[in-house]
Amino acid sequence: MINPEQTRASSSKGWSPYLAGALVGVLAIVSVYLTTVYMGKSTYLGASTTFVRAAGLAVQVVDPSYVAENAYYVKEKVVIDWQFLMVIGIFFGALLSSKMDGSFKLESLPPLWEKRFGSSVPKRAVFAFVGGIVAMIGARLADGCPSGHGLSGMMQLSVSSFVALAMFFGFGVIVANFMYRKAS
Amino acid sequence: MSIDQLLGLATGVIFGFLLQKGRVLRYDKQVAALLLKDMTIFKFMLSAIVVGMFGILALHEMGLITLSLKAMNVGGILVGGALFGVGWAVLGYCPGTSVGAVGEGRWTAIFGVIGMVVGAGIYAQMYPFFKSTVLAWSDLGKIGLPEATGVNQWVIAVIFALITLGMFRWFEKKGL
Repeated sequence: MINPEQTRASSSKGWSPYLAGALVGVLAIVSVYLTTVYMGKSTYLGASTTFVRAAGLAVQVVDPSYVAENAYYVKEKVVIDWQFLMVIGIFFGALLSSKMDGSFKLESLPPLWEKRFGSSVPKRAVFAFVGGIVAMIGARLADGCPSGHGLSGMMQLSVSSFVALAMFFGFGVIVANFMYRKAS
Repeated sequence: MSIDQLLGLATGVIFGFLLQKGRVLRYDKQVAALLLKDMTIFKFMLSAIVVGMFGILALHEMGLITLSLKAMNVGGILVGGALFGVGWAVLGYCPGTSVGAVGEGRWTAIFGVIGMVVGAGIYAQMYPFFKSTVLAWSDLGKIGLPEATGVNQWVIAVIFALITLGMFRWFEKKGL
């Protein structure tokens, strides 16, 4: 029914998103099983808690007592754990894959962005930085991102994850359409 | 390196590899999904969810793993979900994909990564405030769809898979 040959991604030498996505599903299953066996705790794919730990590690350099006394750092524990290494792994996996198939490209501005907002790198940097701040405060309030809620939570049929993903996409669609509305 | 860290690193390398092969690490793909013009991200995520769902529910039923649901904290999910959506559209990456985007050479995503670390630091500072306000509104706990609806988990999984396949057919028909 779904022919991977027809998908658009194949034109740029990538894999069908159906295939790559299904393999992530397999990875999620294997990973939960292996973490249960070898770490004694079923651990699910997720990314955003790592940013809390990275912030804690950075602040620790300047002010260790602040981190030791902050309720949130104490709750989430500032450690370099399974997920922290997983997030670092994403960087290397993407580097490896893109170097292998020649799709690695040093690119400062996304084409879609450049077409709409011009060729200023500082402008893009400011938007990315501020967007990152807002997104991470939201992800911590919601206790997850598209990995933790979108993939892991939905696989487990968690009510919170279905609602969270609807909010992510709902508000994302509104803001993206506002940013890319036709100039009148 | 501990076994935890080694396992995490290996999992991440494969995850990043597949994200890159699926071509979902790009700003253009993420924003085009939010503009409802290119459904690559949806195809990728939904395929992962359907496959993962059957495997995880089966492993759980066999007693080989435990589930780890996130609490349905009404304020946290609604306000946090909305804020995340806004930030995601502006940045054009989610936390996992921002790191992968830097890996495939789209280096300005690093400003998003730095912004997210700063955002996490701001959240940690503001945590007592959030805990006594937004997060204190109402917490329905860690509930799953089977308990919430009274429907067997396999029935829900099959319905979810059928809806997903219907959506895939529609995406392909519309060329999205």
